[in-house]
Amino acid sequence: MCVELLAGRILAPFFGSSVHIWGSIITVFMLSLSIGYLLGGKLSTRSASLSRYGVIFIVAGITLLPIVTSSTWLMEAIFIAIEDSRYGSLLASTVLFFIPTIILGMLSPYSVRLLVKDSNESGQVAGKLYFVSTLGSALGTIITSFYFVMWFDINTIVISVSLLLSLLGGTAIVLAKVNSSFSSLNTQGDISHA
Amino acid sequence: MLNVIGKRILSFCVVLNTFITYIFISNTLVISTVQAEVIHSERSLYTNILVEDKDDLRCLKFNVKSNKTRQSCQLKSEPQKLVFNYTKLLLTGLLVNPEPKRILIIGLGGGTMSNTLHQLLPDSYIDNVEIDESVIKVARQYFGFLENEQIKTYSQDGRVFVKRALLKKQEYDWIILDAFNGDYIPEHLMTKEFLQEIKKLLSQKGILTANTFSSSKLYAYESATYKSVFGHFYQVSIKDNSNRIILARKSGLEPIIDRNKLTEEQVNKEKDKLALELLALGVDVEKLYQNMKSTATSQNWEDDNPVLTDQFAPANLLNID
Repeated sequence: MCVELLAGRILAPFFGSSVHIWGSIITVFMLSLSIGYLLGGKLSTRSASLSRYGVIFIVAGITLLPIVTSSTWLMEAIFIAIEDSRYGSLLASTVLFFIPTIILGMLSPYSVRLLVKDSNESGQVAGKLYFVSTLGSALGTIITSFYFVMWFDINTIVISVSLLLSLLGGTAIVLAKVNSSFSSLNTQGDISHA
Repeated sequence: MLNVIGKRILSFCVVLNTFITYIFISNTLVISTVQAEVIHSERSLYTNILVEDKDDLRCLKFNVKSNKTRQSCQLKSEPQKLVFNYTKLLLTGLLVNPEPKRILIIGLGGGTMSNTLHQLLPDSYIDNVEIDESVIKVARQYFGFLENEQIKTYSQDGRVFVKRALLKKQEYDWIILDAFNGDYIPEHLMTKEFLQEIKKLLSQKGILTANTFSSSKLYAYESATYKSVFGHFYQVSIKDNSNRIILARKSGLEPIIDRNKLTEEQVNKEKDKLALELLALGVDVEKLYQNMKSTATSQNWEDDNPVLTDQFAPANLLNID
C-alpha cells in the first residue's frame, strides 16, 4: 500500500492527477495481486520452505528498484508513444508496478502454507494473516501519506521498502538455516535415544 | 503646454472613473447581502460546482463548505467587468509584456480571464486548459465563456498539456497558472520540474503569472521553488487578501518599463493607452503598480528554504495551518 500510494506521485509528472490515473494504478495493483495469490499458492505446493519464502521477499525488494532507477525514462518513452493519458498511465503503472506487486502477492498464500500445521486451524491462521497484512497496509498507507512524504524523497521511501523486504528475506533464510541445523541436531538426539 | 493639461485632465478622469467604478462595485456587493439563489449545482469528478445568483452578481463556487472557497464572479449586466481582485492583479502581466500573441491559461474557472483577455487583445490566441469537463460546461452555459477560432479549450491535466506542448515545440508569450483554489493543491503543479517545463514553454519575452493561495509553511517553499527556476520575481498582492500573484519572466527581472530608455512622454503614452483599456474593466493601473513588489528588494522568506520537487512535494501537508 505504501508503494501504491507513492505510485500516484510517481505518475503525476507525466500523466497528471486526473481520476483515471488512480483507476490505472488500482487496476494494475489488484490485477497483479490476484495473479500473485494464484502463483504463490501454486509455488507453495512444491517443497515449500522458509528459505524459499525468504527468497521471495528478496526478489520483491529487488524488483522494486527499477522504480527508482529507471522510472523517469520509462515514463518519458511511454508519454511520447501514447497520446491518451489513460492508456499511457495504465501502461506505465503496468511496467513499473506489475511484477513487484505479483511477487508481493505471492507472500500471502505462501505464508498460509508455512504456518498451517493441520487443516483444523487453517481458517484461524488465514484469519490472522489477513489481519496482520491488512493492518500493515493500513499503517503503511497512513504513515506514508501523513508523514513519510513530508520527511523523505519518494526514491528514499521506495529504497527503504526494498531494503526492508530484503532484510526480512535475509532473516527468513538465516532462520531457516539455524532451524534446519537445530532440527538435524534434534533428529540426531532422537536417534541416540533410540 | 496644452498637451500637459490634456494629460492632467485625462489622468484626473482616470482617477475619478476608478473611484466611481469602485463605488459601483461595492454598492453591488452591499446590496447583495440578500440570500443568494443557487441556479445550478453539480457534483463533478473533482469537486462540487455551484452557480449562485445574487442580484446582479453571478458566482461560480467550488466546495461550498470551505471558507477559503474560490469564486469566479461576474456582473450580469456588465460581464466584461472584472469583479474580483485576483483577476485584476493577474493583469499586471500586461504591464510587463503588453502584447502577448499566444496565451495559455491553466485553470478555467468561469472563463472570465479568457473572455477579458480576448476583449483586450482581440488578435491574440488563447488556449484554456481545465481538468474538469463539468467546469468547462458550466463556464459555457452560465458565464458566457467564449470560444472561437482563436480561443480553444482543452479538458486535460495542466502538466500533461504543458509536456505535450513542449513536444510539439509550441511557445507562449504569457502563461497564466490559475489552478490553485486555496483548498486542494495539485502538488505536481508546484514543483521545480513543472516550473522548468513552463519556463521552457515560454517565448524569449514570455512571462508567467501564477495565482497562488499558499499560507503557513507552504509560502516559503513555494517562493523558494519559483526563485530557483526564474530568479527574482514580482509579487502582486493586496494586504487583506489571502492570495498573491507571482509574476516571473523567462529572462529574469528587469525594471517593469525601463524608464531611463524611454522618454517620459513615451512612458505616459504607453501607460495611458493601457490604463484606459484596463479602466473599462474596472482595473486601476496605478494601483497595480503600487501592489507590485520585486523579490529583489523585498524577500519575505528565508533564502535557504528547501524547494518542492517531483520527489518531494508535500504541498497540501505544508499548507495546513
